Amino acid sequence: MSKDFEPTITAFLCNWCTFTAADLAGTSRLSYPANVKIIRMMCSGMVDPKFVLKAFLEGTDGVFIGGCWPGDCHYINGNMKARRRVALLHEVLGRFGVDRDRLWLRWVAASEGNMFAETVEEMTSRLMELGPCEMKGKKVA
Amino acid sequence: MQYATLNTSEGLNQALETLLGDLLDKGVVEAVMVPTRQFHKRVVMQSLIANRADLADLDPFAPVVTTNAAKQVAALTNRPAGRPVAVVLRSCELRAVIELVKLHQSHLDDLLLIGLDCYGRYENNAYLALAAGDEHLSATFVAQAASGGGTTLEGVEITAACQVCEYPVCDSVDLRLAVVGAEPGKQVWIEALTDKGREALASAKLEVAEGDPDGRTEAVGALVAQREAAKKQLFEEFTAQTDSIDGLQDALAGCINCYNCRVACPACYCRECVFVTDTFRHDGEQYMAWAEKRGLLKLPTDTTFYHLTRMVHMSTLCVGCGQCSSACPNDLPIMELFRTVSEKTQIRFGYVPGQDLQEAQPMATFHDEELDEVTGQSK
Repeated sequence: MSKDFEPTITAFLCNWCTFTAADLAGTSRLSYPANVKIIRMMCSGMVDPKFVLKAFLEGTDGVFIGGCWPGDCHYINGNMKARRRVALLHEVLGRFGVDRDRLWLRWVAASEGNMFAETVEEMTSRLMELGPCEMKGKKVA
Repeated sequence: MQYATLNTSEGLNQALETLLGDLLDKGVVEAVMVPTRQFHKRVVMQSLIANRADLADLDPFAPVVTTNAAKQVAALTNRPAGRPVAVVLRSCELRAVIELVKLHQSHLDDLLLIGLDCYGRYENNAYLALAAGDEHLSATFVAQAASGGGTTLEGVEITAACQVCEYPVCDSVDLRLAVVGAEPGKQVWIEALTDKGREALASAKLEVAEGDPDGRTEAVGALVAQREAAKKQLFEEFTAQTDSIDGLQDALAGCINCYNCRVACPACYCRECVFVTDTFRHDGEQYMAWAEKRGLLKLPTDTTFYHLTRMVHMSTLCVGCGQCSSACPNDLPIMELFRTVSEKTQIRFGYVPGQDLQEAQPMATFHDEELDEVTGQSK
Protein backbone atom coordinates (compact mmCIF):
# COMPACT_ATOMS: atom_id res chain seq x y z
CA MET A 1 0.00 0.00 0.00
CA SER A 2 1.28 3.40 -0.92
CA LYS A 3 2.37 5.35 2.15
CA ASP A 4 0.51 8.50 1.15
CA PHE A 5 -2.91 6.81 1.15
CA GLU A 6 -5.14 8.68 3.56
CA PRO A 7 -8.41 6.88 4.20
CA THR A 8 -11.68 8.73 4.56
CA ILE A 9 -13.93 7.68 7.43
CA THR A 10 -17.57 8.73 7.40
CA ALA A 11 -18.80 8.78 10.99
CA PHE A 12 -22.46 8.70 11.95
CA LEU A 13 -22.43 9.68 15.61
CA CYS A 14 -25.23 9.66 18.11
CA ASN A 15 -25.93 13.13 19.47
CA TRP A 16 -26.22 11.86 23.04
CA CYS A 17 -23.01 9.91 23.36
CA THR A 18 -20.37 9.54 20.68
CA PHE A 19 -20.94 12.99 19.21
CA THR A 20 -20.63 14.48 22.68
CA ALA A 21 -17.52 12.36 23.20
CA ALA A 22 -16.06 13.81 20.01
CA ASP A 23 -16.85 17.24 21.35
CA LEU A 24 -15.17 16.34 24.62
CA ALA A 25 -12.12 15.06 22.75
CA GLY A 26 -11.93 18.46 21.05
CA THR A 27 -12.40 20.57 24.17
CA SER A 28 -9.88 18.32 25.97
CA ARG A 29 -7.43 19.13 23.16
CA LEU A 30 -6.93 15.48 22.31
CA SER A 31 -5.59 14.97 18.84
CA TYR A 32 -7.02 12.37 16.51
CA PRO A 33 -6.67 11.77 12.78
CA ALA A 34 -8.36 14.31 10.53
CA ASN A 35 -9.53 11.41 8.32
CA VAL A 36 -12.89 11.26 10.03
CA LYS A 37 -15.84 13.28 8.72
CA ILE A 38 -18.56 13.47 11.32
CA ILE A 39 -22.30 13.46 10.67
CA ARG A 40 -24.38 14.10 13.76
CA MET A 41 -27.37 11.81 14.17
CA MET A 42 -30.03 11.83 16.84
CA CYS A 43 -29.42 8.11 17.48
CA SER A 44 -27.32 5.26 16.06
CA GLY A 45 -30.72 3.66 15.42
CA MET A 46 -31.42 6.45 12.95
CA VAL A 47 -28.60 5.34 10.66
CA ASP A 48 -30.47 3.89 7.70
CA PRO A 49 -28.41 1.17 6.01
CA LYS A 50 -28.81 3.22 2.82
CA PHE A 51 -26.66 5.96 4.40
CA VAL A 52 -23.87 3.44 4.84
CA LEU A 53 -24.23 2.03 1.32
CA LYS A 54 -24.33 5.52 -0.16
CA ALA A 55 -21.21 6.59 1.73
CA PHE A 56 -19.33 3.59 0.30
CA LEU A 57 -20.69 4.18 -3.21
CA GLU A 58 -19.52 7.79 -2.99
CA GLY A 59 -16.01 6.65 -2.16
CA THR A 60 -15.55 6.55 1.59
CA ASP A 61 -13.05 3.98 2.82
CA GLY A 62 -14.73 3.24 6.10
CA VAL A 63 -17.91 3.98 8.03
CA PHE A 64 -17.93 4.43 11.79
CA ILE A 65 -21.23 4.36 13.63
CA GLY A 66 -21.01 5.53 17.22
CA GLY A 67 -23.80 4.72 19.66
CA CYS A 68 -24.59 4.56 23.34
CA TRP A 69 -23.56 1.59 25.43
CA PRO A 70 -26.26 -1.11 25.74
CA GLY A 71 -28.82 0.04 28.26
CA ASP A 72 -27.90 3.70 27.87
CA CYS A 73 -29.73 4.60 24.65
CA HIS A 74 -31.54 7.92 24.94
CA TYR A 75 -34.37 6.32 22.95
CA ILE A 76 -34.25 3.08 24.98
CA ASN A 77 -33.12 0.65 22.26
CA GLY A 78 -32.05 2.43 19.04
CA ASN A 79 -28.51 1.13 19.53
CA MET A 80 -29.77 -2.48 19.64
CA LYS A 81 -31.47 -1.94 16.29
CA ALA A 82 -28.30 -0.39 14.91
CA ARG A 83 -26.38 -3.51 15.95
CA ARG A 84 -28.71 -5.79 13.96
CA ARG A 85 -28.43 -3.52 10.92
CA VAL A 86 -24.65 -3.46 11.07
CA ALA A 87 -24.56 -7.26 11.32
CA LEU A 88 -26.80 -7.39 8.26
CA LEU A 89 -24.61 -4.93 6.34
CA HIS A 90 -21.52 -6.94 7.26
CA GLU A 91 -23.11 -9.99 5.62
CA VAL A 92 -24.32 -8.19 2.49
CA LEU A 93 -21.11 -6.23 1.88
CA GLY A 94 -18.96 -9.16 2.96
CA ARG A 95 -20.56 -11.30 0.26
CA PHE A 96 -18.96 -8.94 -2.28
CA GLY A 97 -15.55 -8.85 -0.68
CA VAL A 98 -15.89 -5.63 1.35
CA ASP A 99 -13.98 -6.27 4.59
CA ARG A 100 -15.99 -6.10 7.79
CA ASP A 101 -13.37 -3.77 9.23
CA ARG A 102 -14.60 -1.07 6.89
CA LEU A 103 -17.81 -0.75 8.88
CA TRP A 104 -17.42 -0.24 12.61
CA LEU A 105 -20.10 0.06 15.23
CA ARG A 106 -18.70 1.13 18.60
CA TRP A 107 -20.25 2.11 21.87
CA VAL A 108 -18.71 5.36 23.10
CA ALA A 109 -20.27 7.16 26.08
CA ALA A 110 -20.46 10.95 26.27
CA SER A 111 -17.70 10.94 28.89
CA GLU A 112 -15.35 8.80 26.78
CA GLY A 113 -13.56 11.47 24.77
CA ASN A 114 -10.36 9.44 25.02
CA MET A 115 -12.04 6.42 23.64
CA PHE A 116 -13.44 8.36 20.70
CA ALA A 117 -9.96 9.60 19.80
CA GLU A 118 -8.50 6.11 20.19
CA THR A 119 -11.22 4.53 18.10
CA VAL A 120 -10.64 6.95 15.23
CA GLU A 121 -6.90 6.35 15.54
CA GLU A 122 -7.36 2.56 15.42
CA MET A 123 -9.80 2.63 12.57
CA THR A 124 -7.59 4.92 10.52
CA SER A 125 -4.60 2.63 10.88
CA ARG A 126 -6.69 -0.45 10.09
CA LEU A 127 -8.01 1.25 6.92
CA MET A 128 -4.45 2.17 5.95
CA GLU A 129 -3.63 -1.53 6.07
CA LEU A 130 -6.72 -2.39 4.03
CA GLY A 131 -6.09 0.31 1.42
CA PRO A 132 -8.75 2.13 -0.60
CA CYS A 133 -12.22 0.62 -0.52
CA GLU A 134 -13.14 -1.64 -3.42
CA MET A 135 -16.27 0.45 -3.99
CA LYS A 136 -14.30 3.63 -4.51
CA GLY A 137 -13.99 5.32 -7.89
CA LYS A 138 -16.49 3.10 -9.72
CA LYS A 139 -18.17 4.56 -12.77
CA VAL A 140 -21.39 2.93 -11.65
CA ALA A 141 -23.41 4.06 -8.67
CA MET B 1 -50.65 -37.59 9.86
CA GLN B 2 -53.97 -38.31 8.18
CA TYR B 3 -54.26 -38.73 4.47
CA ALA B 4 -56.79 -39.70 1.86
CA THR B 5 -56.24 -41.19 -1.56
CA LEU B 6 -57.64 -39.39 -4.58
CA ASN B 7 -58.37 -41.49 -7.63
CA THR B 8 -56.94 -39.59 -10.60
CA SER B 9 -57.56 -42.11 -13.39
CA GLU B 10 -59.98 -39.61 -14.94
CA GLY B 11 -57.29 -36.93 -14.69
CA LEU B 12 -55.64 -34.99 -11.91
CA ASN B 13 -57.65 -31.84 -12.60
CA GLN B 14 -60.96 -33.70 -12.58
CA ALA B 15 -60.17 -35.21 -9.18
CA LEU B 16 -59.28 -31.79 -7.80
CA GLU B 17 -62.39 -30.28 -9.32
CA THR B 18 -64.48 -32.82 -7.42
CA LEU B 19 -62.61 -32.26 -4.17
CA LEU B 20 -62.70 -28.46 -4.29
CA GLY B 21 -66.29 -28.50 -5.57
CA ASP B 22 -67.29 -30.62 -2.57
CA LEU B 23 -65.63 -28.13 -0.22
CA LEU B 24 -67.69 -25.38 -1.88
CA ASP B 25 -70.93 -27.39 -1.81
CA LYS B 26 -70.52 -28.42 1.82
CA GLY B 27 -69.92 -24.79 2.77
CA VAL B 28 -66.45 -25.53 4.13
CA VAL B 29 -65.31 -22.57 2.05
CA GLU B 30 -67.17 -19.88 0.13
CA ALA B 31 -64.59 -19.60 -2.63
CA VAL B 32 -61.48 -21.30 -3.91
CA MET B 33 -58.38 -19.48 -5.12
CA VAL B 34 -56.71 -21.80 -7.58
CA PRO B 35 -54.55 -21.54 -10.73
CA THR B 36 -56.97 -21.76 -13.63
CA ARG B 37 -56.75 -21.74 -17.43
CA GLN B 38 -58.10 -18.43 -18.62
CA PHE B 39 -60.55 -17.80 -21.44
CA HIS B 40 -58.26 -18.69 -24.28
CA LYS B 41 -57.28 -21.80 -22.33
CA ARG B 42 -53.58 -21.26 -22.22
CA VAL B 43 -52.55 -18.63 -19.68
CA VAL B 44 -52.86 -20.04 -16.19
CA MET B 45 -53.59 -17.47 -13.50
CA GLN B 46 -54.84 -17.66 -9.95
CA SER B 47 -58.62 -17.21 -9.95
CA LEU B 48 -61.05 -16.71 -7.11
CA ILE B 49 -63.86 -19.13 -7.86
CA ALA B 50 -67.14 -18.95 -6.00
CA ASN B 51 -69.24 -21.07 -8.37
CA ARG B 52 -68.68 -24.81 -8.65
CA ALA B 53 -69.23 -24.87 -12.42
CA ASP B 54 -66.37 -22.43 -12.90
CA LEU B 55 -63.91 -24.91 -11.42
CA ALA B 56 -63.94 -26.73 -14.77
CA ASP B 57 -60.81 -25.02 -16.06
CA LEU B 58 -58.68 -25.31 -12.95
CA ASP B 59 -55.12 -26.37 -13.63
CA PRO B 60 -53.03 -25.95 -10.48
CA PHE B 61 -50.33 -28.39 -11.57
CA ALA B 62 -49.62 -26.45 -14.76
CA PRO B 63 -45.83 -25.98 -14.66
CA VAL B 64 -46.01 -22.20 -14.59
CA VAL B 65 -46.35 -19.56 -11.89
CA THR B 66 -47.23 -16.44 -13.84
CA THR B 67 -46.67 -14.39 -10.71
CA ASN B 68 -46.02 -15.34 -7.10
CA ALA B 69 -49.56 -15.59 -5.72
CA ALA B 70 -48.52 -14.43 -2.24
CA LYS B 71 -49.35 -10.93 -3.40
CA GLN B 72 -52.81 -12.03 -4.47
CA VAL B 73 -53.38 -13.68 -1.10
CA ALA B 74 -52.29 -10.43 0.54
CA ALA B 75 -54.69 -8.49 -1.67
CA LEU B 76 -57.53 -10.81 -0.68
CA THR B 77 -56.79 -10.82 3.05
CA ASN B 78 -55.17 -7.46 3.78
CA ARG B 79 -58.58 -6.25 4.88
CA PRO B 80 -60.17 -9.67 5.36
CA ALA B 81 -63.71 -10.46 4.29
CA GLY B 82 -64.14 -12.79 7.23
CA ARG B 83 -65.39 -15.50 4.85
CA PRO B 84 -63.61 -18.83 4.42
CA VAL B 85 -61.56 -19.32 1.26
CA ALA B 86 -59.39 -22.24 0.18
CA VAL B 87 -56.17 -21.11 -1.47
CA VAL B 88 -54.11 -23.49 -3.58
CA LEU B 89 -50.45 -22.51 -3.49
CA ARG B 90 -46.97 -23.80 -4.12
CA SER B 91 -44.30 -23.81 -1.46
CA CYS B 92 -42.62 -20.57 -2.64
CA GLU B 93 -45.97 -18.79 -2.61
CA LEU B 94 -47.02 -20.18 0.73
CA ARG B 95 -43.70 -19.29 2.37
CA ALA B 96 -43.99 -15.74 1.02
CA VAL B 97 -47.53 -15.51 2.41
CA ILE B 98 -46.19 -16.38 5.84
CA GLU B 99 -43.66 -13.55 5.58
CA LEU B 100 -46.41 -11.13 4.51
CA VAL B 101 -48.54 -12.23 7.47
CA LYS B 102 -45.65 -11.34 9.77
CA LEU B 103 -45.53 -7.94 8.07
CA HIS B 104 -49.26 -7.51 8.74
CA GLN B 105 -49.97 -7.34 5.03
CA SER B 106 -51.85 -10.63 4.89
CA HIS B 107 -53.96 -12.71 7.28
CA LEU B 108 -54.50 -16.44 7.53
CA ASP B 109 -57.69 -16.48 9.63
CA ASP B 110 -60.11 -17.00 6.72
CA LEU B 111 -57.88 -19.32 4.74
CA LEU B 112 -57.80 -23.04 4.24
CA LEU B 113 -54.24 -23.45 2.96
CA ILE B 114 -53.83 -26.16 0.36
CA GLY B 115 -50.23 -26.77 -0.67
CA LEU B 116 -49.20 -28.33 -3.95
CA ASP B 117 -46.17 -30.53 -4.39
CA CYS B 118 -44.08 -28.68 -6.94
CA TYR B 119 -41.66 -30.12 -9.48
CA GLY B 120 -40.89 -26.63 -10.76
CA ARG B 121 -42.18 -24.15 -13.26
CA TYR B 122 -41.18 -23.01 -16.73
CA GLU B 123 -40.65 -19.38 -17.65
CA ASN B 124 -43.97 -17.86 -18.68
CA ASN B 125 -43.21 -17.70 -22.40
CA ALA B 126 -41.65 -21.14 -22.47
CA TYR B 127 -44.74 -22.50 -20.80
CA LEU B 128 -47.05 -20.90 -23.37
CA ALA B 129 -45.01 -22.40 -26.21
CA LEU B 130 -45.10 -25.87 -24.63
CA ALA B 131 -48.80 -25.61 -23.75
CA ALA B 132 -49.62 -24.67 -27.34
CA GLY B 133 -48.32 -28.06 -28.44
CA ASP B 134 -49.82 -30.20 -25.67
CA GLU B 135 -53.35 -29.79 -24.44
CA HIS B 136 -52.58 -31.96 -21.42
CA LEU B 137 -49.24 -30.39 -20.56
CA SER B 138 -49.82 -30.45 -16.79
CA ALA B 139 -50.53 -34.17 -16.79
CA THR B 140 -47.60 -34.88 -19.12
CA PHE B 141 -45.24 -32.84 -16.94
CA VAL B 142 -46.32 -34.27 -13.59
CA ALA B 143 -46.37 -37.84 -14.93
CA GLN B 144 -42.87 -37.52 -16.35
CA ALA B 145 -41.45 -35.87 -13.23
CA ALA B 146 -43.16 -38.30 -10.82
CA SER B 147 -41.89 -41.32 -12.72
CA GLY B 148 -38.30 -40.10 -12.46
CA GLY B 149 -38.14 -38.82 -16.02
CA GLY B 150 -37.00 -35.36 -14.97
CA THR B 151 -38.55 -31.98 -15.63
CA THR B 152 -37.21 -31.16 -19.10
CA LEU B 153 -39.80 -31.20 -21.87
CA GLU B 154 -38.86 -30.69 -25.54
CA GLY B 155 -35.43 -29.54 -24.38
CA VAL B 156 -36.92 -26.81 -22.18
CA GLU B 157 -35.74 -26.78 -18.58
CA ILE B 158 -37.60 -25.53 -15.52
CA THR B 159 -36.36 -22.18 -14.20
CA ALA B 160 -32.95 -21.90 -12.56
CA ALA B 161 -34.67 -21.01 -9.28
CA CYS B 162 -36.76 -24.20 -9.35
CA GLN B 163 -33.76 -26.36 -10.20
CA VAL B 164 -32.16 -25.34 -6.90
CA CYS B 165 -35.35 -25.14 -4.80
CA GLU B 166 -35.00 -27.26 -1.69
CA TYR B 167 -38.68 -26.88 -0.78
CA PRO B 168 -40.67 -28.88 -3.36
CA VAL B 169 -43.19 -29.75 -0.65
CA CYS B 170 -45.21 -27.34 1.52
CA ASP B 171 -44.92 -27.68 5.26
CA SER B 172 -47.08 -25.06 6.96
CA VAL B 173 -50.40 -25.90 5.28
CA ASP B 174 -53.74 -27.39 6.29
CA LEU B 175 -53.93 -29.79 3.36
CA ARG B 176 -51.25 -30.99 1.00
CA LEU B 177 -51.79 -32.33 -2.51
CA ALA B 178 -49.08 -34.94 -2.59
CA VAL B 179 -47.86 -36.16 -5.98
CA VAL B 180 -44.20 -36.83 -5.15
CA GLY B 181 -43.99 -40.58 -4.60
CA ALA B 182 -47.48 -41.17 -6.01
CA GLU B 183 -48.58 -42.29 -9.47
CA PRO B 184 -50.36 -39.16 -10.67
CA GLY B 185 -51.98 -41.05 -13.57
CA LYS B 186 -53.76 -43.35 -11.11
CA GLN B 187 -53.84 -41.79 -7.69
CA VAL B 188 -52.40 -38.99 -5.56
CA TRP B 189 -52.74 -38.31 -1.86
CA ILE B 190 -54.19 -35.49 0.07
CA GLU B 191 -52.58 -35.11 3.45
CA ALA B 192 -54.08 -33.25 6.40
CA LEU B 193 -51.51 -31.47 8.56
CA THR B 194 -53.77 -29.48 10.88
CA ASP B 195 -57.15 -29.76 12.57
CA LYS B 196 -58.59 -27.43 9.95
CA GLY B 197 -57.28 -29.78 7.27
CA ARG B 198 -58.65 -32.88 9.02
CA GLU B 199 -62.07 -31.27 9.33
CA ALA B 200 -62.01 -30.37 5.64
CA LEU B 201 -61.17 -33.97 4.71
CA ALA B 202 -64.02 -35.19 6.91
CA SER B 203 -66.47 -32.72 5.31
CA ALA B 204 -65.48 -33.87 1.86
CA LYS B 205 -66.34 -37.43 3.00
CA LEU B 206 -62.98 -38.83 1.97
CA GLU B 207 -61.81 -42.12 3.37
CA VAL B 208 -58.99 -41.26 5.73
CA ALA B 209 -55.94 -43.33 6.61
CA GLU B 210 -53.38 -42.68 9.35
CA GLY B 211 -49.64 -42.37 8.82
CA ASP B 212 -47.56 -41.49 5.79
CA PRO B 213 -48.47 -42.71 2.32
CA ASP B 214 -46.28 -45.58 1.06
CA GLY B 215 -42.98 -44.47 -0.41
CA ARG B 216 -43.77 -40.78 0.07
CA THR B 217 -41.04 -39.91 2.57
CA GLU B 218 -38.33 -41.59 0.49
CA ALA B 219 -39.46 -39.91 -2.73
CA VAL B 220 -39.55 -36.45 -1.14
CA GLY B 221 -36.15 -37.06 0.45
CA ALA B 222 -34.63 -38.03 -2.89
CA LEU B 223 -36.06 -34.97 -4.64
CA VAL B 224 -34.84 -32.62 -1.90
CA ALA B 225 -31.38 -34.21 -1.98
CA GLN B 226 -31.19 -33.70 -5.73
CA ARG B 227 -32.21 -30.05 -5.37
CA GLU B 228 -29.77 -29.47 -2.50
CA ALA B 229 -26.91 -30.83 -4.59
CA ALA B 230 -27.83 -28.57 -7.51
CA LYS B 231 -28.10 -25.62 -5.15
CA LYS B 232 -24.69 -26.25 -3.63
CA GLN B 233 -23.11 -26.39 -7.04
CA LEU B 234 -24.83 -23.25 -8.32
CA PHE B 235 -24.05 -21.27 -5.17
CA GLU B 236 -20.37 -22.22 -5.30
CA GLU B 237 -19.97 -21.40 -8.96
CA PHE B 238 -21.92 -18.17 -8.83
CA THR B 239 -20.32 -16.92 -5.62
CA ALA B 240 -16.87 -17.48 -7.14
CA GLN B 241 -17.82 -15.23 -10.10
CA THR B 242 -19.32 -12.48 -7.95
CA ASP B 243 -17.32 -12.34 -4.72
CA SER B 244 -16.09 -8.82 -5.41
CA ILE B 245 -17.64 -5.43 -6.09
CA ASP B 246 -16.45 -5.75 -9.69
CA GLY B 247 -18.17 -9.12 -9.88
CA LEU B 248 -21.37 -7.61 -8.52
CA GLN B 249 -21.25 -4.74 -10.99
CA ASP B 250 -20.55 -7.15 -13.85
CA ALA B 251 -23.64 -9.12 -12.88
CA LEU B 252 -25.73 -5.96 -12.70
CA ALA B 253 -24.22 -4.21 -15.73
CA GLY B 254 -27.40 -4.42 -17.76
CA CYS B 255 -29.72 -3.05 -15.06
CA ILE B 256 -32.03 -0.36 -16.45
CA ASN B 257 -33.86 0.53 -13.22
CA CYS B 258 -37.13 -0.93 -14.46
CA TYR B 259 -37.71 -2.28 -10.93
CA ASN B 260 -39.50 -5.31 -12.36
CA CYS B 261 -37.60 -7.47 -9.86
CA ARG B 262 -39.05 -5.71 -6.88
CA VAL B 263 -42.54 -5.57 -8.37
CA ALA B 264 -42.33 -9.33 -8.92
CA CYS B 265 -40.81 -9.95 -5.48
CA PRO B 266 -43.35 -11.20 -2.94
CA ALA B 267 -41.04 -10.30 -0.07
CA CYS B 268 -40.44 -6.68 -1.15
CA TYR B 269 -42.78 -5.24 1.44
CA CYS B 270 -42.55 -1.44 1.18
CA ARG B 271 -45.81 0.10 0.04
CA GLU B 272 -43.85 2.75 -1.81
CA CYS B 273 -40.29 2.01 -2.85
CA VAL B 274 -37.85 4.75 -1.89
CA PHE B 275 -36.24 4.45 -5.32
CA VAL B 276 -39.31 5.94 -6.99
CA THR B 277 -39.59 8.85 -4.56
CA ASP B 278 -38.13 12.33 -4.93
CA THR B 279 -35.10 11.18 -2.94
CA PHE B 280 -33.84 9.71 -6.19
CA ARG B 281 -34.98 12.51 -8.50
CA HIS B 282 -31.65 14.26 -8.57
CA ASP B 283 -30.87 17.77 -9.81
CA GLY B 284 -28.98 18.21 -13.05
CA GLU B 285 -26.15 19.74 -11.03
CA GLN B 286 -25.92 16.52 -9.02
CA TYR B 287 -25.43 14.43 -12.14
CA MET B 288 -22.77 16.88 -13.36
CA ALA B 289 -20.95 16.64 -10.04
CA TRP B 290 -20.95 12.85 -10.19
CA ALA B 291 -19.72 12.86 -13.77
CA GLU B 292 -16.93 15.29 -12.94
CA LYS B 293 -15.86 13.27 -9.93
CA ARG B 294 -15.81 9.96 -11.80
CA GLY B 295 -14.94 11.12 -15.31
CA LEU B 296 -17.73 8.90 -16.59
CA LEU B 297 -21.07 8.14 -15.00
CA LYS B 298 -23.07 5.19 -16.23
CA LEU B 299 -26.75 6.01 -16.73
CA PRO B 300 -29.20 5.26 -15.33
CA THR B 301 -27.58 5.79 -11.94
CA ASP B 302 -28.34 4.19 -8.59
CA THR B 303 -28.42 0.64 -9.94
CA THR B 304 -25.84 -0.94 -7.60
CA PHE B 305 -27.34 1.15 -4.81
CA TYR B 306 -30.82 -0.15 -5.60
CA HIS B 307 -29.86 -3.81 -5.57
CA LEU B 308 -27.74 -3.50 -2.41
CA THR B 309 -30.62 -1.71 -0.69
CA ARG B 310 -33.04 -4.41 -1.71
CA MET B 311 -30.62 -7.02 -0.35
CA VAL B 312 -30.61 -5.17 2.96
CA HIS B 313 -34.40 -4.86 2.98
CA MET B 314 -35.55 -8.33 2.02
CA SER B 315 -32.70 -10.81 1.74
CA THR B 316 -33.52 -12.17 5.20
CA LEU B 317 -37.07 -12.86 3.92
CA CYS B 318 -36.20 -14.21 0.44
CA VAL B 319 -38.00 -17.48 -0.27
CA GLY B 320 -36.09 -18.15 -3.51
CA CYS B 321 -39.09 -18.16 -5.86
CA GLY B 322 -37.02 -16.67 -8.68
CA GLN B 323 -39.76 -14.34 -9.92
CA CYS B 324 -37.16 -11.53 -9.87
CA SER B 325 -35.08 -13.25 -12.54
CA SER B 326 -38.16 -14.18 -14.53
CA ALA B 327 -39.27 -10.53 -14.53
CA CYS B 328 -35.90 -9.14 -15.60
CA PRO B 329 -35.96 -7.93 -19.22
CA ASN B 330 -32.17 -8.21 -19.46
CA ASP B 331 -31.70 -11.66 -17.95
CA LEU B 332 -29.61 -10.46 -15.02
CA PRO B 333 -28.85 -13.20 -12.48
CA ILE B 334 -30.98 -11.57 -9.78
CA MET B 335 -32.18 -14.83 -8.26
CA GLU B 336 -28.60 -16.09 -8.01
CA LEU B 337 -27.44 -12.84 -6.39
CA PHE B 338 -30.27 -12.70 -3.89
CA ARG B 339 -30.20 -16.36 -3.00
CA THR B 340 -26.45 -16.32 -2.33
CA VAL B 341 -26.73 -13.12 -0.26
CA SER B 342 -29.82 -14.45 1.53
CA GLU B 343 -28.02 -17.60 2.49
CA LYS B 344 -25.50 -15.47 4.38
CA THR B 345 -27.96 -13.07 6.00
CA GLN B 346 -30.43 -15.81 6.94
CA ILE B 347 -27.70 -17.92 8.51
CA ARG B 348 -26.36 -14.91 10.42
CA PHE B 349 -29.71 -14.41 12.10
CA GLY B 350 -30.64 -18.11 12.21
CA TYR B 351 -33.82 -17.31 10.30
CA VAL B 352 -35.72 -19.51 7.87
CA PRO B 353 -38.34 -17.49 6.03
CA GLY B 354 -41.77 -19.00 5.55
CA GLN B 355 -41.38 -21.54 8.30
CA ASP B 356 -42.57 -20.43 11.69
CA LEU B 357 -45.26 -17.77 12.11
CA GLN B 358 -44.17 -17.22 15.70
CA GLU B 359 -40.57 -16.39 14.84
CA ALA B 360 -40.00 -12.64 14.41
CA GLN B 361 -38.33 -11.37 11.25
CA PRO B 362 -34.68 -10.51 11.92
CA MET B 363 -35.04 -6.78 11.29
CA ALA B 364 -38.26 -6.56 13.30
CA THR B 365 -36.71 -7.64 16.57
CA PHE B 366 -33.54 -7.52 18.66
CA HIS B 367 -32.23 -8.86 21.93
CA ASP B 368 -30.23 -7.06 24.56
CA GLU B 369 -27.68 -9.86 24.73
CA GLU B 370 -26.60 -10.80 21.23
CA LEU B 371 -24.19 -10.10 18.38
CA ASP B 372 -21.39 -8.99 20.72
CA GLU B 373 -18.93 -9.65 17.91
CA VAL B 374 -20.29 -6.64 15.98
CA THR B 375 -18.70 -4.14 18.35
CA GLY B 376 -16.22 -6.48 20.04
CA GLN B 377 -16.80 -4.49 23.23
CA SER B 378 -17.98 -5.67 26.61
CA LYS B 379 -18.93 -3.51 29.52
